[in-house]
Amino acid sequence: MGGYILKRLISAIPVLLGITIIVFLIMSLIPGDPATAILGSYATPENVEKLNRDLGLDKPMVQRYFIWLGNMLTGDFGRSFSLNRPVIDEVLERFNATLILAGTAFVLCSVLGILAGVVSAARQYGFADKAITFVVLIGISVPSFFLGMMMILLFAVNLRWLPVSGMYAIYGGGDLPDLLNHLVMPALALAAVATGVIARLSRSAMLEVLRQDFIRTARAKGVPERRVIMGHALRAAMVSIIPVLGIQAGFVLSGAVYIEIVFQWPGVGRMLVDAILKRDLLLVQGGVVFVAACYVLFNIAVDVAQSLLDPRIKT
Amino acid sequence: MSAFLRLLFRNRLAALGAVVLAVIVILVLIIPVLPLQNPDATATANRFQKPFSAGHPLGTDHLGRDLLSRLLHGTRLSLAVGIAAAIIAATIGSAIGIVAGYFGGRTDNVIMRLVDMLMAFPYILLALAIVAALGPGLMNALIAVAAVNVPFFARNIRGITVGLAGREFIDAARLAGMGHTRIILTELLPNVLPVIVIAMSTTVGWMILETAGLSFLGLGSQPPQADLGSMLGEARSAMISHPHTSIVPGIMIFLIVMSINLLGDGVRDALDPRLRSGALSRPRATTLVRRSGDIPAPTDDLLAIRDLQTQFHVGRHIYRAVGGVSLAVRPGECLGVIGESGSGKSVTALSVMGLVASPPGVITGGAVYFRGQDLIGAPYETLRQKRGDSVAYIFQDPLSTLHPLYRIGQQLAEAIRSHHGISRAEAHRRAVQLLKDVRIPNAESRVNDYPHEMSGGMRQRVGIAMALANEPDVIIADEPTTALDVTVQAQILSLLDDLRRERGLAIVFITHDFGVVAQLCDRVAVMYAGRIVEEGPTAAVLDAPAHPYTRRLIACVPELGGGRRELAAIPGLPPMVDALPPGCAFAPRCDKAQDSCRSGEIALTGTAPRAVRCLYPEEAV
Repeated sequence: MGGYILKRLISAIPVLLGITIIVFLIMSLIPGDPATAILGSYATPENVEKLNRDLGLDKPMVQRYFIWLGNMLTGDFGRSFSLNRPVIDEVLERFNATLILAGTAFVLCSVLGILAGVVSAARQYGFADKAITFVVLIGISVPSFFLGMMMILLFAVNLRWLPVSGMYAIYGGGDLPDLLNHLVMPALALAAVATGVIARLSRSAMLEVLRQDFIRTARAKGVPERRVIMGHALRAAMVSIIPVLGIQAGFVLSGAVYIEIVFQWPGVGRMLVDAILKRDLLLVQGGVVFVAACYVLFNIAVDVAQSLLDPRIKT
Repeated sequence: MSAFLRLLFRNRLAALGAVVLAVIVILVLIIPVLPLQNPDATATANRFQKPFSAGHPLGTDHLGRDLLSRLLHGTRLSLAVGIAAAIIAATIGSAIGIVAGYFGGRTDNVIMRLVDMLMAFPYILLALAIVAALGPGLMNALIAVAAVNVPFFARNIRGITVGLAGREFIDAARLAGMGHTRIILTELLPNVLPVIVIAMSTTVGWMILETAGLSFLGLGSQPPQADLGSMLGEARSAMISHPHTSIVPGIMIFLIVMSINLLGDGVRDALDPRLRSGALSRPRATTLVRRSGDIPAPTDDLLAIRDLQTQFHVGRHIYRAVGGVSLAVRPGECLGVIGESGSGKSVTALSVMGLVASPPGVITGGAVYFRGQDLIGAPYETLRQKRGDSVAYIFQDPLSTLHPLYRIGQQLAEAIRSHHGISRAEAHRRAVQLLKDVRIPNAESRVNDYPHEMSGGMRQRVGIAMALANEPDVIIADEPTTALDVTVQAQILSLLDDLRRERGLAIVFITHDFGVVAQLCDRVAVMYAGRIVEEGPTAAVLDAPAHPYTRRLIACVPELGGGRRELAAIPGLPPMVDALPPGCAFAPRCDKAQDSCRSGEIALTGTAPRAVRCLYPEEAV
């Protein structure tokens, strides 16, 4: 098992390199002179030249890439001009907030989605199935940012159950209950779409498995139906559900950008949007590379989980 | 095509989606002739008017602009941008996919590596990076969304192309001297196009949502131009005081995405061949029972199937898989049930414990008595306690009948623990002993194997061990040796025979192999088209078959050492059990059939223990 994890980690290296290359290439799409783009059109020629030198933009592209890559490997992602602090510091701080939000949403959508899918499949065409299918249809059709806004209107403004936005209360907050209180709505809004997608997939995966011969065998030997469903069938269905969980984690991470804007959550998504609007490209570049790399590592964890579940995968 | 549309619209939700989408599209198309106000005309005195106010059916926004007009213009923009992004992504992605799939080899490898890397990004990061580089704006948002979706098309279309590229018509085109470009455009593309269109129809909603999202973030359409996303984004600051300015565009996005989703689901379902045949089975724990008519009386046999009728209801068709079958076994007895594929022997066996997949399976008549207790329609828990404990099954094809993800020891232990409250350790010890009983070498280490780590013969022994786990009174073996080679088959048969003599268990042995029947069974019943046509002691039936079908069936068996002789295959096919002819079901294939064979009900007659369902039997019984 240790060897398998190592093998997967090594196989991630070209992907991680590919990510840096792609980001580098996209950033070189910037029309005109990047230094002017960063400093704005009112910058003095001296400043532009200085920045060009600082960023190494006077060097050939390939050389520039390796300098950038080498710097990143030593933890130097450059300096954000709009915040006037190292990019990596800002990204790490913001990523922490995003992890709390996206991680909670991911757990929520996995548990709720699989559960809904299992119930739906076990009661196919029954009332529970129809109700779940209906809710799921609504769930996957509402844009998460609109859902978040409507939740604020209902639960924060009208019912006053939960705070409108932010991660902590401005006065007297900062502890865990305060965080949870602020987390409920954004996490639910963020989880909604993925829950629907996972529920749908789990349902069809379960229905596929329930038709298999080994389910008949389990029933034929007198295994109680609850165990047939939650044990035999779900375990086999997980083989096709887990890869989708990995994909959905990417969508949850993506959706977090909208939710962080709607709920004023101080995460990396909001940071990226602000950085784009302020043309702080080094911050965008560093944030994108960092989050994408984390996502690649997460997907390795998903693969490892899959190999633990399915003994037929050669490790 | 018309069948496809009919299926699509039989799905009422898909039809609803189509209607909603059509209404939206038509409204957007007739914008020029609608009496709408200028969507960008500001009137700050009239800001935030409520819906249904004079002159503004949906009210006005924060600059006093007419919301209805802005909504329709915004919808038009959103739809146009989403569809444009879908077309661009589909075109570029499909081109990449076709090239990779058609040329294969290194080209394919390099391209797909790149595609995989693009897919390693959470999509929004890629989109944000592109917008960051190109700058905010609707056109750039469109490019970003299209670019993000290119890998999806590339990967899907490549998969299809790889399958097509190896087919004969491509080779033929190559041999005819056509160039690569021409082959791709005239031979491949027409075959791939439907897949591209379907993939597009399922992703276009998603792309509309993504561009709206980027606009919502302020990275897409810039004021005063507004798509649905930027309308929502602008309204957000006034959301609490004037929610209608948010709700109006939000609901429109919701309606568009939902109707496209519904339509997409409908398309997918309509294309699913299993749905088209209506043959999807549902996962019930026991077979449905809808018995009509009298319930036959119990007998003093150990297991007695009495006049059992099991049907499959698929769409409007009713398949009478089992049409009134009666069988019985006593302790220590082995009964063979023989017949061609589709004769109903497996369904008969599965009906005993309510294991017929249901729906479509329905038990419509008869009874199954175990020690005098009727199992048909018994409550689930009663049936469950008998399953495996009183009546156990051995199935064909042990690779698919064993759970692939559990160790065989766990599967054996579970069979015991489902009926007896013993500890895990004790169950494990018994599992090892069971493996030894069925003569699996190295049982102590084999018990930790997964099914895929064993050979076919070993797996079948595990299947037998599982059936023996609770020392049942009856074992129903459904072609347990069909998938095995002859030496393993012989071992398994002698194993079963030993067990029957040692433990006195009754065996119902289902097979299409007369050799197996001769070796193992005391009595044999021959089934044809869901009914028993002949029954009697094995030796008597084999020596002097009474039913023409039995005789012909035996004549089909090649005899070892019997020299070369002509094998007498039976002409024709068994009848479809949804349209059984009146009279004898075998009459159309029988060389002795008379007119009287083709009408009326023919009874099973004879003096016990033999019986035959034939008006002109080969032998009087």
